[in-house]
Amino acid sequence: MRQLSKGNVAVIRGAILAGCQAYYGYPITPASEIAEAAALYLPQVGGTFLQAESEVAAINMVYGAASAGQRVMTASSGPGLSLMQEGISYLAGAELPCVIVDVVRGGPGLGNIAPEQSDYFAMVKGGGHGNYRNLVLAPASVQEMADFTVLAFELADRYRNPAVVLTDGFVGQMMEPLELELKTVEEPEKPWAVKGTPETRPNLVTSIFLEPDDLEAHQRKLEAKYKRAAQLEARYETYMAEDAEVLLVGYGIVSRVLRTAVEQARQQGLRVGLFRPITLWPFPSKALAEAGARCAALLDVELSNGQMLEDVRLAVNGKVPVEFYNRVGGNVPSAEEIHDELLSRLAALA
Amino acid sequence: MVENEESVLAEPEYELLHSRSEVFYDRFERKSELKHQTHYCPGCGHGIAHKLVAEALEDLGLQDRTIFVSPVGCSVFAYYYFDLGNVQVAHGRAPAAATGVKRACPDKIVIAYQGDGDLAAIGTAEIIHAANRGEHIAVFFVNNAIYGMTGGQMAPTTLVGQTSTTSPWGRRPVNEGFPLHMSELLATLEAPAYIERVALSDNKHIMGARRAVRRALELQREGAGFTFVEILSPCPTIWNMQPVEARRWVAEKMIATFPLNVFRDRKPTIPEGKNPPQRSVAEVLGLEEAGGKITLAAQAVARPQHHLKKLSIKIAGFGGQGVLLLGQLLAEMGMREGLEVSWLPSYGPEMRSGSAHCHVCLAQERIGSPLISHPDVLIAMNELSLRKFAPQVAEDGLIFYNREQLPDNFAAPQARVFCLPATEIADHLGAGKVANVVLLGALLEETECLASETAVAVLETKVRNPQLLELDRQALAAGRQFVDKEAHNDAISQSDGFAY
Repeated sequence: MRQLSKGNVAVIRGAILAGCQAYYGYPITPASEIAEAAALYLPQVGGTFLQAESEVAAINMVYGAASAGQRVMTASSGPGLSLMQEGISYLAGAELPCVIVDVVRGGPGLGNIAPEQSDYFAMVKGGGHGNYRNLVLAPASVQEMADFTVLAFELADRYRNPAVVLTDGFVGQMMEPLELELKTVEEPEKPWAVKGTPETRPNLVTSIFLEPDDLEAHQRKLEAKYKRAAQLEARYETYMAEDAEVLLVGYGIVSRVLRTAVEQARQQGLRVGLFRPITLWPFPSKALAEAGARCAALLDVELSNGQMLEDVRLAVNGKVPVEFYNRVGGNVPSAEEIHDELLSRLAALA
Repeated sequence: MVENEESVLAEPEYELLHSRSEVFYDRFERKSELKHQTHYCPGCGHGIAHKLVAEALEDLGLQDRTIFVSPVGCSVFAYYYFDLGNVQVAHGRAPAAATGVKRACPDKIVIAYQGDGDLAAIGTAEIIHAANRGEHIAVFFVNNAIYGMTGGQMAPTTLVGQTSTTSPWGRRPVNEGFPLHMSELLATLEAPAYIERVALSDNKHIMGARRAVRRALELQREGAGFTFVEILSPCPTIWNMQPVEARRWVAEKMIATFPLNVFRDRKPTIPEGKNPPQRSVAEVLGLEEAGGKITLAAQAVARPQHHLKKLSIKIAGFGGQGVLLLGQLLAEMGMREGLEVSWLPSYGPEMRSGSAHCHVCLAQERIGSPLISHPDVLIAMNELSLRKFAPQVAEDGLIFYNREQLPDNFAAPQARVFCLPATEIADHLGAGKVANVVLLGALLEETECLASETAVAVLETKVRNPQLLELDRQALAAGRQFVDKEAHNDAISQSDGFAY
């Protein structure tokens, strides 16, 4: 039942399972295999693949296809996502569903092509202009690259909003067994779409509301939607967290390193657990606050300069000390490194 | 005194020969209290251009089939006038968005309506590439040589010497360059079907514009390809002219800079190329439906309880030595034997002339970090990799080194080292590139981590060339035999690291 697949390729396998009809993108390392897989597979199942002239064009092609009611996606890495931010704001403003995959590389600027988690602010907090949110999922394995792409399509349609699969170069490039199951695609009706038919002739896709009262009403509607998503869609995973004195917090590839670190710590009799946010927006604040309340300290580990750290601290709201450890530039800490760090922090706490 | 407006309009005292196009809404909703209100200034060309488009759509019977993409600029509110499916898009991106719409609705008419700042400045890339792809869309490009909505800044089409709020002394080519001739520029491309420049300077020219707009839409109906009409248009308010004077300026100044012409009118010959095969989702995903159950083709039977608990392998060498491929083979084998596996490569262009390495984890349990800091096994395909990674190998680990003996001045690690000249063995077989499979054979024979039958099964599905497959089989066998022989000779290196 299993097949060995690259994370980036698994994204497209998931997309095809989800009934994705179109992919518009621009190549960039370490995300290019997503475009390549889309080019190879989508046209074979009757879908559209087009390599755009830029990420700017790509995200606006996504906007056009989404306006017409298609399940559509794009993928890129940091620099490309920076260029797409304008379009993502328009998509959110016009309430258009789509899936955007960010295989994060080192930044800022051209940075490098090694894995980082430095696009957290850009994708989770917005990045484009205006009051909007992206739904953000953070896979940690090849299987989740496929599964979360499927979920992202469902969430995007459910909330008429861009959904982001935020991952990194390692998860994109690595290979693991992938198990897929054919399922019937249940795509919601999109009566708002513009399809060039008599029924859809009155429809208008737009993000412009020139009168302040109109725009305020539109934003209230978006806020209500985001509030609903925040209540229903927060996802997370814990590992040996029930009796943990120290809770490690990390997402994506880091959560796997932390899982190994937890195992090593437990072998030495240290009560260490893991909290792994799966959705970065909505952030699983409530669950983290509850899990954190039982602990003496939290250690947040990231491949960024402390971007998720703000959400972790907000979640526990000063009730538990939150320590921070990071590697950047494309370095990924080993489990041993985390373990050593943990011991030195514990010594300092004692 | 004032009668009911509806009743007055219901019974006109004159005979209507021409009335508002059906493609227009009755009311301009932004100022809904006034039935005949528009947001366009007196003498603005947009009103005429809109009318030409609306009438053509009505006459061609395309209203229910058309999707109108409106831009940023004065025509941002086009959707308040056109009773069509409307999509409003970001500044300059109408051709890209229209591409997405059209590809989603290939049998519909898609119109992108853009001004000069939108199309010829910020959206230059999008229009050129949409035209070059021959997207089946109609683009109406209203060129009035100025930014209207933002209040009169210089446009890419502003004439030399023309003043604007951002060229207060007149456009100076030395600073701002020359007016951009979009129609001529696009006419250098192979794909467009129709490109014409028209002007709204007087009734005669307006009738010419009417014909061009119709032609562009007729060609869309016929599926001819990319059609483009550049409409030179007056902007009396920003030009600070009376409407009549503005029309004259179009006729005298604009046409002199932007000559009217049909730059292209022919159905392009566009080769189809190779069409992708059409397959089912199950086929494309490598899933086969068998009796309602989905199984993987060529799937080996998984072993319920594998003898191997956990093994981490690091493979390193020069780019091109099959380092990454060897790792993939091991991962695939592990998976087929029912283990959890992960393969993590070093990646990137800088690796091609340097070192490449990958990490493979085989385990019964869910794999945590796929990144290995202390591998159980290192396969070093060159000296550089040996020197770099040997110190990382676990104390009770094993190193396979692709040479007959260890290099000089090599500080022996604690791990056991096994030297075998895999490249030479592979060369002897006839292809140096199967050295990685020789090493695989050695690894399997020495550690028995996975079955060599699985290796053969994986190679059979991965290697399509029968000659190469035979070479791989020989290489695998040669690697195993080498270990056998050496073991017999008791030649495996001792923990002091020296191979005998």
